[in-house]
Amino acid sequence: MALIEGRGLRKVFKTTVAVDGINLRVEQGRILGLIGPNGAGKTTVLNAILGLTPYEGQLTVLGLDPWASRDRLMRDVCFIADIAILPRWLRVYQALDFVAGVHPRFDRAKAEAFLTKTDIKRNSKVRYLSKGMVTQLQLAIVMAIDARLLVLDEPTLGLDILFRRQFYDSLLNDYFDRSRTIIVTTHQVEEIQHILTDLMFINRGRIVLDTSMEDFESRYTEVQVHPEQLSAARALKPMFERQALDRTLLIFDGIERTKLLSLGDTRTPSIADLFVAVMTNQPQNHGAAQ
Amino acid sequence: MSSPSTPMSDFEPQAAALAAISPQRTFYWSIRRELWEHRSIYIVPLIVAGLILVGFLLGSTHLIAKIRSAESLGPMQLQEAVERPYGFAAMFLMGTGFLVSIFYCVEALHGERRDRSILFWKSLPVSDFTVVLSKMMIPLIVVPLITVALTIATHIVMLLLNIVILQVSGIGLSVLWTNLSLSTMWMMMLYHMVALHGLWFAPAYGWMLLASAWARRAAFLWAVLPPIAIGVVEKIAFNTSYFPHWMQYRFGGAPGAEAYPGNDHAMHAWAHLNFGQFLVSPGLWSGLVVAALFLFAAARVRRSRGPI
Repeated sequence: MALIEGRGLRKVFKTTVAVDGINLRVEQGRILGLIGPNGAGKTTVLNAILGLTPYEGQLTVLGLDPWASRDRLMRDVCFIADIAILPRWLRVYQALDFVAGVHPRFDRAKAEAFLTKTDIKRNSKVRYLSKGMVTQLQLAIVMAIDARLLVLDEPTLGLDILFRRQFYDSLLNDYFDRSRTIIVTTHQVEEIQHILTDLMFINRGRIVLDTSMEDFESRYTEVQVHPEQLSAARALKPMFERQALDRTLLIFDGIERTKLLSLGDTRTPSIADLFVAVMTNQPQNHGAAQ
Repeated sequence: MSSPSTPMSDFEPQAAALAAISPQRTFYWSIRRELWEHRSIYIVPLIVAGLILVGFLLGSTHLIAKIRSAESLGPMQLQEAVERPYGFAAMFLMGTGFLVSIFYCVEALHGERRDRSILFWKSLPVSDFTVVLSKMMIPLIVVPLITVALTIATHIVMLLLNIVILQVSGIGLSVLWTNLSLSTMWMMMLYHMVALHGLWFAPAYGWMLLASAWARRAAFLWAVLPPIAIGVVEKIAFNTSYFPHWMQYRFGGAPGAEAYPGNDHAMHAWAHLNFGQFLVSPGLWSGLVVAALFLFAAARVRRSRGPI
């Protein structure tokens, strides 16, 4: 059984369809990147997984129905949301006390050790911590919880590049092992490309791409085409073409790389480039963006 | 709270291996968390107690004059003069506790949505019902006990000040020992706070918590206006006032107060009731059932609520 299994997941807010009947399946030990434009339904999907919102369709997370048993689920699931959710009146030691008081899988010593490496004082109120420090505090708590699933919704939003790098480094080096599963959404796609094992694009409440990173690398090729080869390259029906200064970059879907070698320099496209390509090929979305 | 009746499949074995956290422990930390967040629960009564002491000190010369003139009038007047400041102190602190409870209830489930911290609390394995129930404990038990404890402390300081004042003025301490029975006052007050301010008012607290969980904004209005609206509609539609009268009976005073029409002091009326009689009164239990329904509803509403 997969860690997360959803079938026909759907969520309607009054008149807007936020999630439009998606199926998803996440196996244990994966790091899934959930990428989509603003308002695509990412947060709604995550909220459904976390038991924060009701939904239509079937969904099980760790064998549980999240909406019916959020409190039970949260013994094995952690999340960091896109905005500061730690109450501003809370002191650092109180946060540790409380989580230690109610969470069976929290290892306080681990959190303390992590905090020692930061400038965060135990007696400080969240109100007086910088944005980066608040994220560090959240990370200290989350990393000290022996959870099965970690959900990160824009965890590094508004942080400077040093904090962002440190965030993902800590996550990979000190937290992730093959028994855990991580789902992350972010707009800073390039920063997570190297850590993902799976990738999902979501747009207008639907999944438009669902692939493992191995498949991603064998399936998509970006070619910086020699000018004289351009028409030959176009004949192979690239999914996307763009100009970068005086170079022409084409992205091919499902064409063996060996066939493309003669056309120019080949490489695996970045997630960001593929995202642009896929979204641009979504006709209605392109129209809306104009 | 989380009855593991759902099939746990292959994810369960690991979960069973770890030290479980008892519901009592979760409940205990949930109440502590309320005291961290809402420090007004004890700071406001402390400030009021401080003001009472200042007032008592400032009024000491007046008090001496009063005792002197009462001495010539008779024992009743003398007792009244000696006891009065203590009674006032208790009343002020009880009133403060009541106000603190009201503001706490209206804020309790609204503030966590306003500052988005509800997402943090919901990220922890604490059920909505545990949260709501722990919040209910504040007006039901914590505030009454704080009020009683603080009143006793205030009375003791007042007593010490009183001793000094009476010694210095030369009246002597015997007026105190013969006229002041603080321990009786404390026992009555403990009973009054736990039975009336706690248990008897429980449905009101439950209702306010529900309004606090429900309202997007102006939770206070959601708490206050519907009861008024019911009264107004009743008056217009049927030209009757059963609902306002019922509210008056429920929250205007104490049960049994109407049995002593000559005595308008609710606390004294309470002293005539014994606790056993109170515990078997249908009014108490129907109120507690209503309070429980409101709490279930509040937990239900909180489940589907996010940041505002």
